[in-house]
Amino acid sequence: MNRRDLMAAAGACAALPLTQGGARSQPAPAGKPVKAEVSFTVNGRKHALDVDTRTTLLDALREHLHMTGTKKGCDHGQCGACTVIVDGQRINSCLSLAVMHPDAEITTIEGLGTVENLHPMQAAFVKHDGFQCGYCTPGQICSSVAMLDEIEAGIPSHVTSDLTVSVTLSESEIRERMSGNICRCGAYSNIVEAITEVARTRA
Amino acid sequence: MRAFTYERAGSSQAAAAAAAAAPSAKFIAGGTNLLDLMKLQIEVPTHLIDVNPLKLDRIEPTQEGGLRIGALVRNTALASDERVRRDYGVLSRALLSGASGQLRNRATTAGNLLQRTRCPYFYDTAQPCNKRQPGSGCSAIDGFSRQLGVVGVSEACIATHPSDMAVAMRVLDAKVETVKPDGATRTIPAEELHRLPEASPHLETVLERGELITAVTLPKPVGGTHIYRKVRDRASYAFALVSVAAIVQRDGSGRVALGGVAPKPWRIEQAEAELPRGAKAAAAALLDGARTTKDNAFKLPLVERTLGAVLSEARG
Ligand SMILES: Cc1cc2nc3c(=O)[nH]c(=O)nc-3n(C[C@H](O)[C@H](O)[C@H](O)COP(=O)(O)OP(=O)(O)OC[C@H]3O[C@@H](n4cnc5c(N)ncnc54)[C@H](O)[C@@H]3O)c2cc1C
Ligand code: SF4
Repeated sequence: MNRRDLMAAAGACAALPLTQGGARSQPAPAGKPVKAEVSFTVNGRKHALDVDTRTTLLDALREHLHMTGTKKGCDHGQCGACTVIVDGQRINSCLSLAVMHPDAEITTIEGLGTVENLHPMQAAFVKHDGFQCGYCTPGQICSSVAMLDEIEAGIPSHVTSDLTVSVTLSESEIRERMSGNICRCGAYSNIVEAITEVARTRA
Repeated sequence: MRAFTYERAGSSQAAAAAAAAAPSAKFIAGGTNLLDLMKLQIEVPTHLIDVNPLKLDRIEPTQEGGLRIGALVRNTALASDERVRRDYGVLSRALLSGASGQLRNRATTAGNLLQRTRCPYFYDTAQPCNKRQPGSGCSAIDGFSRQLGVVGVSEACIATHPSDMAVAMRVLDAKVETVKPDGATRTIPAEELHRLPEASPHLETVLERGELITAVTLPKPVGGTHIYRKVRDRASYAFALVSVAAIVQRDGSGRVALGGVAPKPWRIEQAEAELPRGAKAAAAALLDGARTTKDNAFKLPLVERTLGAVLSEARG
């Protein structure tokens, strides 16, 4: 082991304890991968991972846990295909590091429903043809489920006309709030129908 | 992405000290801008300090009757806060006009202020860019510059600051609270946070090495009609071509700042003195000394028209 390797090992070790205390670690020698441990719950099951610090939450789900329901589209937070629900909130899993989520509760499309027992939003997407190629669909569905919770929690949007009264559901609210999920096939009008139906039955 | 070591911050001062100690450390908050740039190797930190464990996620009243917003308050939480919606509507509106629901759920107050430009050549590592690589030249000045800046720009760089939130913070006279690596704290008025590019566009703020933003404070509410009007190429989920943040009082006086046109939120005292006389006079003062390219000259009339629309909306 030469000096560089030693330093890499020291850096890796210092980064390992992901405690609240926040251990201070050595700078990494350029280019040497650094590993760190993290554990979180995905769809109710706890997972402990030892990953390269560069691993995004998206890659942890797909490449490490082999849960490929969550899709990699642009990998830059622009398309929304990677949307998952973390501690109740929808986020782009491509713009977050796995190590940033110790003890998080993560829900992916695999956790929303099963083939035998679809989540109401999944069933509505099927009924209303809310997709064509299907690649953006897991992100659309995770996003829309969490989006309805946001409306319920009273979170306003760009199209909410009065910030001081509670939000009322409308097509323009749904469209604005879903603008972070791009559908290359342009199934938008059917997606809006699917979401609207679920929102009505929830209300 | 280049390899990096990672640590979770234990305290604000420890985070600042750690950032100063490592040769090229970066704080990571929401990660929505930093990771994007790290994937493209535009940012290449060798050490990341995750500030998320710091308890900087509260919005509290200040003694002066304003609000102190923790650096880690998420954009969604800030936009939804009842006090912000009621007393600082321009801030809620600006936040809600930016990015997407998913991004706002992660993006933080400090990270939003410090997000980097969206100049397409800054993002394209195969092209010269003085901001990314000092001294290499500016591809935008003679390139596709439709989105780029028209005031406060220099021979070296014509990039804009892309934040919507920062424009509202500027019109609200917000102040940024920080802690330095030695534990010293200071307060920086929002107007002084970002630098103009001049000859060194890679220096974007007055923050020192390792200096951590801990909070942003808002003074006591000033009343008036709050408007944030953002003009963009799509109705949603796009950066501003021009935006106007305004607080207009009944007598027609008020405050106004522009986004999408300058390297920092653009607010000019003289323009506010002109505001009661209308959009033309105020826009002329805001755009005094403008330097356009053939692609972005449209922003000058667009500012005047957007300001006109804002003023007529304020009159009701
Ligand atoms: C597809 C897309 C569309 C977008 N559209 C818009 C838009 O329309 N309008 C808009 O305004 N924004 C838009 N954004 C940008 C978004 O608002 C920013 O990415 C976000 O606000 C950055 O916050 P963050 O917490 O994720 O920052 P990070 O990515 O974590 O950090 C950004 C920078 O701030 C530094 N930093 C973070 N916290 C601190 C601290 N406490 N002290 C000191 N330094 C700190 C980091 O080191 C880094 O340099 C968009 C982004 C994407 C990806
Ligand atoms: S405008 Fe600034 S950011 Fe864009 S290419 Fe020129 S120097 Fe780079």
